[in-house]
Amino acid sequence: MGYTPLKYYQAGSFVVGNRLLDPDARSVQADPERSNTLTSGHRACQGCGEALGARYALDSAMRATGGRLIAANATGCLEVFSTPYPESSWQMPWLHSLFGNAPAVATGIAAALKVKGREDIRVVGQGGDGGTVDIGFACLSGMFERNDDVLFICYDNEAYMNTGVQRSGATPPAARTATTQAVGEPPGNVFGQGKSAPLIAMAHEIPYVATATVADLRDLEYKVERAMELRGARYLHILVTCPLGWGSASRDTIKVARLAMETGIFPVFEAEGGDVTSVSKIRRRVPVEEYLKLQRRFAHLFKPELQSDVIARIQARADRNIDRFGLVD
Amino acid sequence: MLEVRIHGRGGQGVVTSAELLSVAAFIEGRHAQAFPSFGSERTGAPVVSFCRIDDREIRTREPISRPDVLIVQDPTLLHQVDVFSGLGDDGYLLINTSRGFDELGLGEFVQRFRRERLLTVPASELAREHLGRPLPGAPLLGGFAGLSGLISIDSVAEAIRDKFSGAVADGNVAAARAAFDLVREELKELTSA
Amino acid sequence: MLRQMEGSAAVAETVALCRPEVIAAYPISPQTHIVEGLSALVKTGRLSPCEFINVESEFAAMSVSIGASATGARTYTATASQGLLYMVEALYNASGLGLPIVMTVANRAIGAPINIWNDHSDAMSQRDSGWIQLFAETNQEALDLHVQAFRIAEELSVPVMVCMDGFILTHAYERVELPTQEQVDAFLPPYEPRQVLDPDEPVTIGAMVGPEAFTEVKYLAHAKQMQALDLIPQVAEDFTRAFGRESGGLVRGYRIEDAETVVVALGSVLGTIEDTIDELRDEGMSIGALSIKTFRPWPLDEVREALANARRVVVLEKALAVGIGGIVSLNVRIATQGHPAHVHTVIAGLGGRPITMASLRGLLSEDDLPLVTFLDLDRDLVQRELDRTRERRRSGPHAENMLRDLGTVASGPV
Repeated sequence: MGYTPLKYYQAGSFVVGNRLLDPDARSVQADPERSNTLTSGHRACQGCGEALGARYALDSAMRATGGRLIAANATGCLEVFSTPYPESSWQMPWLHSLFGNAPAVATGIAAALKVKGREDIRVVGQGGDGGTVDIGFACLSGMFERNDDVLFICYDNEAYMNTGVQRSGATPPAARTATTQAVGEPPGNVFGQGKSAPLIAMAHEIPYVATATVADLRDLEYKVERAMELRGARYLHILVTCPLGWGSASRDTIKVARLAMETGIFPVFEAEGGDVTSVSKIRRRVPVEEYLKLQRRFAHLFKPELQSDVIARIQARADRNIDRFGLVD
Repeated sequence: MLEVRIHGRGGQGVVTSAELLSVAAFIEGRHAQAFPSFGSERTGAPVVSFCRIDDREIRTREPISRPDVLIVQDPTLLHQVDVFSGLGDDGYLLINTSRGFDELGLGEFVQRFRRERLLTVPASELAREHLGRPLPGAPLLGGFAGLSGLISIDSVAEAIRDKFSGAVADGNVAAARAAFDLVREELKELTSA
Repeated sequence: MLRQMEGSAAVAETVALCRPEVIAAYPISPQTHIVEGLSALVKTGRLSPCEFINVESEFAAMSVSIGASATGARTYTATASQGLLYMVEALYNASGLGLPIVMTVANRAIGAPINIWNDHSDAMSQRDSGWIQLFAETNQEALDLHVQAFRIAEELSVPVMVCMDGFILTHAYERVELPTQEQVDAFLPPYEPRQVLDPDEPVTIGAMVGPEAFTEVKYLAHAKQMQALDLIPQVAEDFTRAFGRESGGLVRGYRIEDAETVVVALGSVLGTIEDTIDELRDEGMSIGALSIKTFRPWPLDEVREALANARRVVVLEKALAVGIGGIVSLNVRIATQGHPAHVHTVIAGLGGRPITMASLRGLLSEDDLPLVTFLDLDRDLVQRELDRTRERRRSGPHAENMLRDLGTVASGPV
């Protein structure tokens, strides 16, 4: 029998990819013995990108650490839907303190483990964009600055979703939220300076910074594993679609996230010590409209009138990302 | 109870002086309390510190308004701040200066008090000589020991060695002892005159 | 070992003897010497094993403490005033989660106007936070209370704040007896947490609790503080047996048995009050004092009993409940309900204003004390300012106006 090379492209599921791979290289989710760290029964919305991302990230972290893991969670969607008292979806030691202190709580956990000679147990801090980029930012920066041994994961759905979709420092320009409504001039969120937490993390020159989306979950798993190979402060920023807040169909969660990546709006990359070490190239570049039109939070850019100037500005930001990170060959 | 008030400027070791005095008293087996006036201290600003010494536990913590002993580490304060407030007729006064009371414009003022309890001593000069820096605290404590006999120079020296070490301790102790000797001399002249 | 040393240094040495495993430190006057001392002890290895973390804010300090304590480490931090306020969210979180963190509060006034000097407004502002609040009268008691605090906290799983007057105690040199490591080890067993984050026994801590159970959780916090009313005297007794001196407890009376007038106060001012009482007693006045050592939980029965025979109760407090008057007085009034005694509030020492024996004598010699008095208030100054606000809409900021009125900042001795 001859040898025929085959090329497989991800087509929306991992079925083909998993079966051709060695078991070690397969997605953690393919393993029936996986931790199910965020197990079923939680109260997330249908199509919740954060639940998807958290499940993949934490199961990957548990595999990488042999199940020796403690999590500190900020207030937010993840915390609320995963622990509807008296139930909990967490099959790991898990602490929720406050909205703005998850990085500091994680620092404290890591310090206690160190002093007790239990550094075999690793620490994950996690929260949404609100808790990470806004109210938790000082604690996050402090944790980076001290290089505390914590992997901090930000599940970025670009607004304060848990409280009803209010604008955060991570909300993209022109997006509709409850506090940047599609009324007045200009409708939706303003074009501010933005706050790139990954770039700011890189400015701290911490051991590892990476971005990921829920469109490429295998990549997300890999990045968590990579992060767990290292010690010190590490940061993972994951774009997670929020069907409710973004006004996208719950079946489009992965598709929308992929479009964010393929338009250049959300660059996917890794950095170590402050320098970019890898980027996920855009194989098939897509204009931003393809991404925007799937989300009602951007509907006012299309109806009643097409806001081509605003869309052009969004396109320009995406173009800048593509240039800056070298996302297109 | 003996109540000592020390005036100076920030950076001259006013607070340390009070602390050293309290340690010296402790060494002699007495109770002592030392604390600063807690102003927004910065170099050059007027600073006050307090020290109480007693043979029983000291309970009160108010600032000392009727001092038995007044030590002035910086003569430029004399006409700027009311350093003499509350000083009793039997009080002790020690001013860091190479000038005399008359030259300082205090000639009449000192008449109200017991003359043998008031002295000037060139503490900054002594400090410069023995320590290399014009920090008058230690020599003033030595001078106070000599002036009043209420604390022994050896206790002062031991307190200095408790806080400082090496050349710094040596220099401060030397300056303190020099001031002590100088004051004893001055007193002899005063009382024999 | 008997030493003549600064209060802060004594506290740092003693806290180190308690073997804290994680110390979170953010500096604020007048607590700085405590965290500085501890940092040196950790850095030189004298306190080991211990992780000393320089955090980026007081909010971070308490948050790091929460993470560490939940992971089973004996945890300590210190703050004052603005810093305490900055961590309020985390204070409630720590007590709500039942974490036995011990914290020194170097009592300092709260701004605006910014003021670094001593009063009790910081601790008083957090009296409802669920933390146990202990007050030290002397530096000896300050260091003793820290040893007791770890034991009380860990037994009940409730956080404890040890309050010591900023500057007046923290920066005062006085004689203290430092305990030995052996003494402290015998008194303070290793921390055995009631709840801990442990991969071998995973738990979820900090879930949302809805209306169906929130009341019960809060009741338990209250019940534990009430248990503290029994535990605190017990620990104080054990302490006396182990260390040979009295420290802590709920309240302490001074010449109170037959006193017609009783002065109630907290902290270092008791020393000045006692000297004043001795003088007034010599002059024939029937007067005593009651020192409140534990403010939270409020020792209702002990205060009621202590004031049972008083005709006049003068509560001298270093804090002000703006809009109503005294804070401690309100608590005292609960205890004296049904008593014939008149309870008078005297607000004194705010922002570090010295409380002098002369003022106390004047106050206590007055026959007709009003319900609320501000000791040594400059009435002319405030009247001028009130007049100024009446005359002009843009009357300017109060504080700056009054400083201008006073001329250059007073640099005299008192």
